[in-house]
Amino acid sequence: MYAFTYQKPTTIAAAVAALGADADAKPVSGGQTLIPTLKQRLAAPTALVDLAKIPELAGITVAGDTLTIGAMTRHATVADSADVKRLIPALAALAEGIGDPQVRNRGTIGGSIANNDPAADYPAGCLGLGATIVTNRRELAADAFFTGMFSTALDDGELVTAVKFTKPKRAAYVKFPNPASRYAIVGVFVAETAGGIRVAVTGAGAGVFRATALEAALASKGFAAASLDGVAVSADGLNSDIHASAEYRAHLITVMAKRAVAAAG
Amino acid sequence: MPDAPSNYQIGASVKRREDLRFLTGNGNYTDDINRPGQLYAYILRSTQAHAEIVSIDTKAARAMPGVVTIYTGADMAADGIGGLPCGWQIHSKDGSPMVEPSHPPIVVDRVRHVGDNVAVVIADSLAQAKDAAEAIAIDYKALPAAVSVTAAVAPGAPLVWDTAPGNQCYDWHLGDKAATEAAFAAAKTIAKVDIVNNRLIPNAMEPRAALGDFNPSSGEYTLFTTSQNPHVIRLLMGAFVLKLPEHKLRVVAPDVGGGFGSKIYHYAEEAICTWAAGKLKRPVKWTAERTESFMTDAHGRDHVTHAEMAMDGEGRFLALRVSTKANMGAYLSTFAPAVPTYLYGTLLAGVYKTPAIYVEVQAVFTNTTPVDAYRGAGRPEATFLLERLVDECARVTGIDRADIRRRNFIAADAFPYQTPVALQYDSGDYQGCLDAALAAHNYAGFPARKAESEKAGKLRGIGLSTYVEACGIAPSAVVGSLGARAGLFEVGKVRVHPTGSVTVFTGTHSHGQGHETTFAQVVADALGVGMDQVDIVHGDTANVPFGMGTYGSRSLAVGGSAIVKACDKIVAKAKKIAAHLLEAAEADIEFKDGMFKVAGTDRQKALAEISLAAYVPHNYPIDELEPGLEETAFYDPKNFTFPGGTHICEVEIDPETGVTRVTQFTAVDDVGRVINPMIVEGQVHGGLAQGIGQALLEQCVYDAAGQLLTGSMMDYCMPRADDLPLFYVGQHTTLCTHNPLGVKGCGEVGAIGSPPAVMNAVIDALKGYGVTNMDMPATPEKVWRAVQSGRKH
Amino acid sequence: MQVSVSLTVNGKAVTAAVEPRTLLVQLLREHLELTGTHVGCDTSQCGACVVHVDGASAKSCTLLAVQCDGTSITTIEGLAKDGVLHPMQEAFREHHGLQCGFCTPGMVMSAVDLLQHNAKPSETEIREWLEGNICRCTGYHNIVKAVQHAAQQMGG
Repeated sequence: MYAFTYQKPTTIAAAVAALGADADAKPVSGGQTLIPTLKQRLAAPTALVDLAKIPELAGITVAGDTLTIGAMTRHATVADSADVKRLIPALAALAEGIGDPQVRNRGTIGGSIANNDPAADYPAGCLGLGATIVTNRRELAADAFFTGMFSTALDDGELVTAVKFTKPKRAAYVKFPNPASRYAIVGVFVAETAGGIRVAVTGAGAGVFRATALEAALASKGFAAASLDGVAVSADGLNSDIHASAEYRAHLITVMAKRAVAAAG
Repeated sequence: MPDAPSNYQIGASVKRREDLRFLTGNGNYTDDINRPGQLYAYILRSTQAHAEIVSIDTKAARAMPGVVTIYTGADMAADGIGGLPCGWQIHSKDGSPMVEPSHPPIVVDRVRHVGDNVAVVIADSLAQAKDAAEAIAIDYKALPAAVSVTAAVAPGAPLVWDTAPGNQCYDWHLGDKAATEAAFAAAKTIAKVDIVNNRLIPNAMEPRAALGDFNPSSGEYTLFTTSQNPHVIRLLMGAFVLKLPEHKLRVVAPDVGGGFGSKIYHYAEEAICTWAAGKLKRPVKWTAERTESFMTDAHGRDHVTHAEMAMDGEGRFLALRVSTKANMGAYLSTFAPAVPTYLYGTLLAGVYKTPAIYVEVQAVFTNTTPVDAYRGAGRPEATFLLERLVDECARVTGIDRADIRRRNFIAADAFPYQTPVALQYDSGDYQGCLDAALAAHNYAGFPARKAESEKAGKLRGIGLSTYVEACGIAPSAVVGSLGARAGLFEVGKVRVHPTGSVTVFTGTHSHGQGHETTFAQVVADALGVGMDQVDIVHGDTANVPFGMGTYGSRSLAVGGSAIVKACDKIVAKAKKIAAHLLEAAEADIEFKDGMFKVAGTDRQKALAEISLAAYVPHNYPIDELEPGLEETAFYDPKNFTFPGGTHICEVEIDPETGVTRVTQFTAVDDVGRVINPMIVEGQVHGGLAQGIGQALLEQCVYDAAGQLLTGSMMDYCMPRADDLPLFYVGQHTTLCTHNPLGVKGCGEVGAIGSPPAVMNAVIDALKGYGVTNMDMPATPEKVWRAVQSGRKH
Repeated sequence: MQVSVSLTVNGKAVTAAVEPRTLLVQLLREHLELTGTHVGCDTSQCGACVVHVDGASAKSCTLLAVQCDGTSITTIEGLAKDGVLHPMQEAFREHHGLQCGFCTPGMVMSAVDLLQHNAKPSETEIREWLEGNICRCTGYHNIVKAVQHAAQQMGG
């Protein structure tokens, strides 16, 4: 790691001010991606602004069918939350499958989506559920938030403060993990929401995306695994590496989608 | 006085005495050790697979905070530091010696693999050393790289060494070529396989580390290191690299967190830290980060082989011919040349009475990390090709896979059995192992289980591997004639203290094997004392007279035998003392359960009474015997030992994704006499995980330019708990006939026997799709593609 | 630049001056000489460094010491109480759940946390929980057995 300074503000405003004061400062929430990156000297922030002590960022609240999860909420907390399990069990299950138990005890939803790793799980959950990303400045639809590999619509000085989810009619997430890293080679989140059927895919491309061909098939033929029989996803633009070719990933998207639809019941 | 034991310890699952310190965080691994005034070394490593070093500019780095010095290869050369030696010399078919390039601890003008050592920064802290390393400017002139063995032997391939045309290290052979060719000419059926034995990266959980220290007043150097064989490191580093006499060099291998072969070798960092400590008169510590381990720990396997079996009309094996290309990497690591030859070619008879065998092996330099002995070393490669080939023999002849093995087994009454490839097996019962494994596995129930899987849309397969391996290395005269530059005996020293407790010094090294427990069991029985009266000391050249270390499943068979021999000497001397004390003839003294008794009387002395007399020799046969009770034995084994057995693997495949899961695994092994069943089973479990890992998960991948694509655990798939099933591990024992304990060795059988069982099961599951062969690892995509192409047919 | 961190380690209040880039595991091993916690990788995969932070298992190689200011840390050295091994430590010994011992501290700390969540885990649940702990020696067989045994002993 390169040397850096460290601050632990207690308000969002103070955090934003600290980040604004130094162009090379970075926020750290759980640190489960950032710290390994720093250890490999792949990033060289001059300052780390720790968001862990900001009470406004913590906690899960429920209002009717809407679940609001504070940005600093740990994956293990989401996985264990009775509210999440009751309203959106697929989201609790997704959180339960992120990384390993130690990562889940430290990693946060805000950190995960702000980082937008192309193989992370939460972006698929947010996009699949049509979540609303709340920042210190505005609210953004997930469709507008995730903009590509490790990139989001966040501006400088803008922090994710919470994510709002609305209870879907049904949903499920099924992941095909990389056998080594256990990140998603392909993860598919399917949901039948008030706004329609959504199929979000992580791991397969440069960033999380919606599989429109699958959505159309489910919409037209009904929300059933059989509706996806023979529906192929194009391999164009998908990732290809030593673990999985683009063609294999394309195949897995349909398979995982079918399994997710079946699991959603 | 200790009580005589109520029963014998050998054969009991005694709980491990080393566990308490490991379970409470009180282990003492190399990186746990710190010395006053210690400096930290960071090795700057090549980012290039093959390049000339045009220049190295360390000026800016030297000015960085905390930097004490920076050394390059030129600095070491100027001090007369030698290259890392190779311990084995192989000769080619034409009698010429192998090409043996120099291996300086830090390169001088050319890097030959990613991770090659370019410079060492020594600073007050590790962070400062790393900061400074980034400020070193190296001007590389990139050269084309030869990466895979296949590419490296192609005409016009870039040369790793100008002295090795065609990148050939040696071209070796073994066996009777003419007899083999004649048998093939007469064969009714020939089975053929092309085999790639995938390259593995060891990944012992403790990264390598070295801490060098120098005492100016005594002139003595001390090296703490993560080694399986501290005396070997002292010998190699002292005599060849640093040119220090042994009495001024102490090497300590404290608790070591796994080795699996990768910590046998003398590595550059050991020499660098020791040498730098002497120059700077301060301790110098280096600890690998895992990323460095991936680039610099010697890798394993990496063979490309074509093999053919000639059969008669009844599926009896007539002859085997094998042609292998073995990747040596960029330099010859300590044991490397021996692995694809004397640990491989000699194993090709397997458990079968194949009368004629001919094998040729071409060892090839490439621009990759050196490859050396790893967890089985040569025998997994031999076993894999043979057991895959035997399955192919069954397929082409239509004979059942178990039957064709039975038909060709060396019979249980045929021992000692001389193979056509130089080994003489002393004992075994291959049919017995197979029968026991088939029963334990419920082999007969497979069709029903397969039907259940099919109902769930899954494919199920079952695979066998019947294997033998050669370990307990090794008779010194034999290995000397085969090119070894050292003997492979072992040393045991037994010190009975005045009050009867016992300290045992062994030249082997325990890094997970449990010697402190197993060896104490052996000594407790040999001397008739309680386990609590025996301590085992290892891992320090200042304590242990000498030793060749732990590898090749040799510790008990060779090191344990040395201890038994030393105990025999103790008993022999104690009998003389007892005869004197009991005023009897020496011939009348019987020794049993720790008591020296005059035969036919109730007059007796306990070992502790005798040891007291030996150290307080007031009433003592002083004219005939020296005082004291301490004996040392150097034991040179008469032969290798030959564990064997049957492994059965059952897999279930999801044809939609290609994911393969091992559902059941049965291993029935013959490891000779079992001293501690709990430990033996644990050793086998670990080997099975490695074998299943090699077959399904693990693979070292370089790109064509020589960049390591599997350079971390993010991309190199380490087997995890949820990748593996519970194992059934059983024994079917025949005793080794030539060592005093009757033991054969258990450390590597799991890794040797299991990979072909897994792959034979995968191929069996996929046979409906026309699959007859598949390279390891059977990754999901590979299996899925096999299913896809099978469907298209 | 150094900053001060105060935390409780194995029940003892500790204050140390560290660089912000100091990892928790470095604080434990290098400043506090608690070398039972190991470093086996640099990508947060192996789990040799697992400790408990405020009772929950975490990888001490993936946490800055400064992030742990004000927390209570338990390491492998703090698991046995008054010289009596924790049932998980006993179970690992009883079932030969360790060989070289290097992964063991992290493995034990992780397994203890599992039983805090799930007093009676199935074999599959044990294996899945241990995803973040890599062992190269045991093939996990006896680790699974040990965790099952500890669960029984602890009344799960």
